[in-house]
Amino acid sequence: MTEAPPAVEVLGMTKRFGDLLALDGVSLALAPGSFHAVLGENGAGKSTLVKCIMGYHRPDAGRVLVGGREWAIGNPRQAHRLGFGMVYQHFTLVPSMTVAENLVLGAEDLPAVIRWDEERAKIDAFQRRMPFAIDPARPVATLAAGEKQKLEILKQLFLGRRILILDEPTSVLTPDEADQILKAMRELTEEHRLTVVLITHKFREALGFAREVTVLRAGRRVGGGLVKDLTRDDLARMMIGSASIPDPAARQATASRAIGLEVESLNVLNDKGTVAVRDASLRVHAGEIVGVAGVSGNGQRELVEVLARQREPASGAIRVGGAVYARTRAEMRRHRVFVLTDEPLRNACVRTMSVAENLAFRNFDDRRNTIGGWLVSRRALRAQARALIERYRIRTPGPQARLETLSGGNVQRTVLARELSEDVAVLIAQNPCAGLDFAATAEIRARIMGARNAGAAVLLISEDLDELLELADRIVVMFEGRLVHETSRETADAHTIGHYMASQP
Amino acid sequence: MLARSGAETAAISAAALLGALVLFGAFVALRGLSPLEVYAALFLGAFGTWFSIEQTLTQAAPLMLTGLCTALPARAGLLVIGGEGALVVGGVATVLVGATLAGWPPPLAVALMCMTGALAGGLWIGAAGALRHWRGVNETICTLLLNYIAIAVMNHLVTGPIRDFAQVLKPASWSIGERLMIGELPGTSVHWGLAFGVVACLLTWGLMRHTTFGFAVDILGGNVRAAQMAGLPIGAMVLATCFVGGAAAGLAGTIEIVAVHGFASSSLVVGYGYAGILVAFLARQNPLAVVFVAILLGGISASGGLLQRRFGLPDAATLVLRGLLFVAVLAGNTLYGRFKIFRPPAA
Repeated sequence: MTEAPPAVEVLGMTKRFGDLLALDGVSLALAPGSFHAVLGENGAGKSTLVKCIMGYHRPDAGRVLVGGREWAIGNPRQAHRLGFGMVYQHFTLVPSMTVAENLVLGAEDLPAVIRWDEERAKIDAFQRRMPFAIDPARPVATLAAGEKQKLEILKQLFLGRRILILDEPTSVLTPDEADQILKAMRELTEEHRLTVVLITHKFREALGFAREVTVLRAGRRVGGGLVKDLTRDDLARMMIGSASIPDPAARQATASRAIGLEVESLNVLNDKGTVAVRDASLRVHAGEIVGVAGVSGNGQRELVEVLARQREPASGAIRVGGAVYARTRAEMRRHRVFVLTDEPLRNACVRTMSVAENLAFRNFDDRRNTIGGWLVSRRALRAQARALIERYRIRTPGPQARLETLSGGNVQRTVLARELSEDVAVLIAQNPCAGLDFAATAEIRARIMGARNAGAAVLLISEDLDELLELADRIVVMFEGRLVHETSRETADAHTIGHYMASQP
Repeated sequence: MLARSGAETAAISAAALLGALVLFGAFVALRGLSPLEVYAALFLGAFGTWFSIEQTLTQAAPLMLTGLCTALPARAGLLVIGGEGALVVGGVATVLVGATLAGWPPPLAVALMCMTGALAGGLWIGAAGALRHWRGVNETICTLLLNYIAIAVMNHLVTGPIRDFAQVLKPASWSIGERLMIGELPGTSVHWGLAFGVVACLLTWGLMRHTTFGFAVDILGGNVRAAQMAGLPIGAMVLATCFVGGAAAGLAGTIEIVAVHGFASSSLVVGYGYAGILVAFLARQNPLAVVFVAILLGGISASGGLLQRRFGLPDAATLVLRGLLFVAVLAGNTLYGRFKIFRPPAA
């Protein structure tokens, strides 16, 4: 670990996927000990760039120079040998094993018999030189998200990798945890012990921690330089280009105080049978957005699943419009309840069905889409799909295309079109903008605000605090299944909410 | 777009068929025979003469119905392999009712027996669906074990309570009587079961392809979570597909009684239910395709005798071919989406 990382140069990296030019001659120079942010929207080519460097993709053109010598990197194993390590957005640890076991199991030349006393001594010595340490005897399943991400980084360093590529590493962390990790990374680079490439779409992280930045848009390098010479506005202009961002929807005063959605003393178990939502009660009025803040994994998923009928509650009551809500299709239709979730392919769509069919999940059995009430009219479904595709600007080869052939953003638009195109009285939204670009995010937020202004009761569960602060009329914080804090829009403060999210009031 | 995915299905199915034929060819070559001659005989035995075509269609009739027993629940995302048991239960129920109908007008009696067989098979597989939905019991294991139970119950009945001691060759049940047997399709030696099979496949194809019920089942089979979110009555759909599938296999049992045997015995347990699983998979759970695949597999079975006589191949040779086909189809299923030419142009 005393050895400094080698200098790395990436020259003219180009990669095509079919007709799509995903990466167009992008170059990157990484001096030993640099902290380089690669900034760009979803689909800008950030991940493609690092996957080409790591040997997951074979680039169509471009070279990688490590220590002044050109290397053909054909697979991740070779990249590892040159000192490249990668940390992903999602954890790659084995939850049932201990920290020490997870550190050791990544080694490529693992002996048949592992001498744990030696390994433990090595780990202890190693952790003393690191800016953060984790008890090696703890099972990974007991670690908080921030600790897991630290362990991912420690693992790469323990395996001797000096050039660390972090792919959106903070998406599952609280702001404090994210800051702490990035600060430690910055210190390690300043001591020249490490070179860091940070893939991100957050300005705050690029400006706050990196020394250099490269901005990608549509596969091209569109700008960059030393962070100290750049402002947030410069970066935003480079990242978005000429695309126009819809204005944030105005919040209109809504008069009604009728209760749209009410949850009372709700208890929900997770898949393992332990309590995930504990005695939760909340009310969402018509024309109001109630935001639920919290670090991922504190019961939000289970709460949404119960409201979306994907899970049975253990006890408690759900009421919509004052009446008990048993979540049948008839009630969903009568009370006009709709749901927007993250991971739409997992939660809300059938990938092998067509766009037109997926758009019809809510209303294929409506009179206007059937012949005689029980024969599905494919023609009516196609007509409905064509209208929605145009109105929601879904990019698809046509209404008959299988949903799985669409990009992630367009799958999301398909669900949005299905769930928001009709008159909405109650909307349950979970991370509705996760993984989308600026324009799409702004548009979805505007539509959610539009539904609120039109009188919908909106429950917005989000891991993005900025989103909640922008949209919500009230924010409640969820921690370990409980609603531990409530604040109105006027008194909301990111810092206080962040503390409740980490349960340090 | 559709043409592309259709071409993909056709190409992969053809490749799987070819792969299985090559492997089976290697198998017969190992026994010192010429694969080409064996395949020529196989074709002759299956479709070469009017007689062999009649044999093939007779074999295909029950396979269409037992194919539906796996294909329909599979549309809802369930892997049911209980066609064998449902067929036996349907056959036994048919005999129990049919033996009491001696004086009835034959058309009415046959209709009643068909309903009885279908109802029995439907309840049999429907029970597995109910256990799956409300008790979380794995439907594959459950229906497999139900097969053994069905066969055991039948053996118990035909060796005791409903045994007809006039039958001396093997234990058999009371007979429904020659008068209530249905004959052959006019001008052929193929029994009426073929018509039942084809009609059942057409009806269920229409149900799955064109009704709101079929649409809802496709959502359920594609993604349970999406079906839950849409508020669809999942329990009812699971029960309904299992019931209809079981009813089809039960009807196959009725056909075996009223068109072939006239009584229940171990002759009902000849593997139609298990072959139906293969039919459903080869047809990719499409009821219309079940008709054609059943005829194909019926042909393979029908030519078994010829292969045995001419080449001295063991009776199990057609089973080997069937097994190889199944493996090739399952392997082929992993190839979808792997080939660039079938992908639509980037949007």
